[in-house]
Amino acid sequence: MKLNPKHTQKAAVAVLGSATLLTLTALVFIIVFVLQKGLPVLSWGFLTGAPQDMGRAGGIFPAIAGSAALTVLSVLLAAPLGVGTAVYLTEYTRESRLTAVIRFGADCLAGIPSIIFGLFGFILFVTILKMGWSLLAGGLTLALMILPTIIRTTEEAIKAVPLSYREVSYSLGATRWQTVYKVILPNALPGILTGVMLGVGRALGETAAVIFTAGSSLRMPSSIFDSVRTMAVHFYLLAREGISAENAYGTAAALIIAVLSVNLLAYWMMNRMIAKRT
Amino acid sequence: MKKKTLYLLLSAALVFTAGCGKNKQSITLAGSTAFQPFAEKLAEQYMTANPGASITVQGGGSAVGIQSALSGAAQIGMADLVNLPPEARELSATIVARDGIAVVINPANKVNDLTIDQLRDIFNGKIKNWKAVGGVDKDITVVSREAGSGTRTSFEEIVTGIDLSGNALIQDSNGTIRETVANDAGAIGYLSHGLLNEKIKAVLLDGQECTTEKIMAQKYKLVRPIFLLTKAQPGAEVQSLIDYILSAEGQQTIQQNGLIPAK
Amino acid sequence: MPVTSEKIMQRLLTAVAFSALSALLLIAVFIISQGLPFIFRYGLREFLFSSQWNPQAGKFGIFPMVVSTLWVTLGAMAIGAPLGVAGAVFLTEFVPRSVMSVIKPAIELLAGIPSVVYGFIGVMVLAPLIRDHLGGPGLSLLAGSIILGIMILPTIISISIDSIMAVPRSYREGSLALGATVWQTVRMVTLPAARSGIAASIILAMGRAIGETMAVIMVTGNSVKIPGSALEPVRTLTANIALEMGYATGMHRQALFATGVVLFVVIMILNFSASYVMRQRKARR
Repeated sequence: MKLNPKHTQKAAVAVLGSATLLTLTALVFIIVFVLQKGLPVLSWGFLTGAPQDMGRAGGIFPAIAGSAALTVLSVLLAAPLGVGTAVYLTEYTRESRLTAVIRFGADCLAGIPSIIFGLFGFILFVTILKMGWSLLAGGLTLALMILPTIIRTTEEAIKAVPLSYREVSYSLGATRWQTVYKVILPNALPGILTGVMLGVGRALGETAAVIFTAGSSLRMPSSIFDSVRTMAVHFYLLAREGISAENAYGTAAALIIAVLSVNLLAYWMMNRMIAKRT
Repeated sequence: MKKKTLYLLLSAALVFTAGCGKNKQSITLAGSTAFQPFAEKLAEQYMTANPGASITVQGGGSAVGIQSALSGAAQIGMADLVNLPPEARELSATIVARDGIAVVINPANKVNDLTIDQLRDIFNGKIKNWKAVGGVDKDITVVSREAGSGTRTSFEEIVTGIDLSGNALIQDSNGTIRETVANDAGAIGYLSHGLLNEKIKAVLLDGQECTTEKIMAQKYKLVRPIFLLTKAQPGAEVQSLIDYILSAEGQQTIQQNGLIPAK
Repeated sequence: MPVTSEKIMQRLLTAVAFSALSALLLIAVFIISQGLPFIFRYGLREFLFSSQWNPQAGKFGIFPMVVSTLWVTLGAMAIGAPLGVAGAVFLTEFVPRSVMSVIKPAIELLAGIPSVVYGFIGVMVLAPLIRDHLGGPGLSLLAGSIILGIMILPTIISISIDSIMAVPRSYREGSLALGATVWQTVRMVTLPAARSGIAASIILAMGRAIGETMAVIMVTGNSVKIPGSALEPVRTLTANIALEMGYATGMHRQALFATGVVLFVVIMILNFSASYVMRQRKARR
């Protein structure tokens, strides 16, 4: 007996809807948990002051500055590198065994534990290249960590741009780069942005790799050779060494708000760019 | 086009500010995350008294501390191990503080004290239920630190004869052990005594409480040293910092914040 | 002019791609160079198949950790992939675009929460729940899979939403015009068309799940045993590396890097099988 498609649809919607609800509940729970413990601690003084007494008192401003600087640096390094690599793999080479191997390699690297990246960064950037514990060492290491995500999501976004767009562009006499720059990338932008946002999230939340490379100094950085502490590392140290649970959650709350703002800002900017083009 | 110029400007700005880089006499300490907060506080005080000094404190663990001291990445390595490994032999080690180790259980647990022998049997898995040591009928959940942790090595060396039960849970920091024990009525663990709070309860060991006085009087036995490691001939600034930490003021800061003075 | 700038761009992009890829290659070489000597000295069979991990006594068997990593990852994917794809489908096809454009950034928000926070929530909320309702110490294989499953949701949902939205409207309209319901269209037209992106999201998420350290260490209990049930504590390969790296020197340290090599191989095998499965399903159509 054939099932009425309308009924299967109703059943499907129910199943999918409950799955989504379950997901959203878990996610909301986590955000509420952190905010509930952390919001009471947030105050103007907390956000702009320096830590005192081992982090039990005072604020987290150096950590906020550290997070901002480190994230900006790693995205500045990873985004052009990742997008460029993806463009090269999709538009400038033919699909071959080599590209499949490269893609496979990028996927595998996405699975390397952060502590290995941290050790790699410590040995190569901090010790051998003598950068010391610094923003630069941390930025390079984090860039390597988020590179696979950006490469793969950009690749998928570019592949999703319809062939006809390219054909029209070439038939109008555009070169490959002109096509990429003016036609493909703008259309792939939402997908690229997702990859970058996921990368930003990863960079902001990373602890082990950051501690080994950017260090955990509490002082305000004055150059990219200075060590910094990020909000995630601050939470990590406060919570795990048992110094101050409230300040730890306050830091986490500040971090969540920061990530949310960055995400919303990025999407707003992207929507404006798309609106301007159409 | 505009995006590209923005990138160029930003990278240029970063490169130019790099000119400041590593300057004057900056001392870096690296290593034990347990001692890191104390080192930061001591550094803060030292820098207020000596405005020319610039001190940075990093974490990474005792092994990183030893490596950094050996490679010169840091001028002082911090290690909270009971016995320093062979690589550290060429470094000069100074004990600057000691740390008491408290054995903790959940506040709901009615047990108040244990003997060292009972402790040994619990961690070996021989005693599996709280009722064997005067508590209610509940399985004991043993929580320990990771192999190589300074706290664990000290614990096992002082209690002696521990062959950790295969069923023991392992957590990797003081704070997580505290949370685990606080959230499990049948758990037992150990952590730095400076971290005791109302969420967990410390048991008496052989009738002795885990307090600073009892430790300094050598009545409470679970204690471990904190080492500062330097190259054989540290520079004058480094020696000055170490002297400060060993001074009355430095030791008082250490004691006020939960560690035990070196002497 | 377009010709010269075209040549420049081509050279530049080639350089960019190769530098990115060689950096990634460098890391692979790093892990292998640090870990391989140990494997040759200690013996691969003993390393992989012995269940005794006792660095102090010179015993380095990682079999329980390999098994645990596979189980935890499998569990995380079993939770994260269906929930993620289902959520992505629901949010793109059955929910107004305006609502979805608010929920998507909110979900990506969760990718930015430090794994230590997830870990603490696991210790304080999830483990007691499991202990009180299902038994065992709470810190377990199950707790690890659940936390990891939740952590990979943003990756799967975000990227899958993008892939589904990228399917041309003409596909959907054509199907609906033929009288299919929205669900039939989704199942038989949209999802297959979005397959490549969804697969990519799952593979990336799997990588994240395997490589996650902090949260896993805090909620799985880290006992070195082969798990008999999902409620028992386990130790994964990543946990093994991260737990002891801070204090390991000499042979112990090399053994940990060798664990990293094994992990790398596990990742390669899992990724390879995943893309093989995807390719098979494509060929069948």
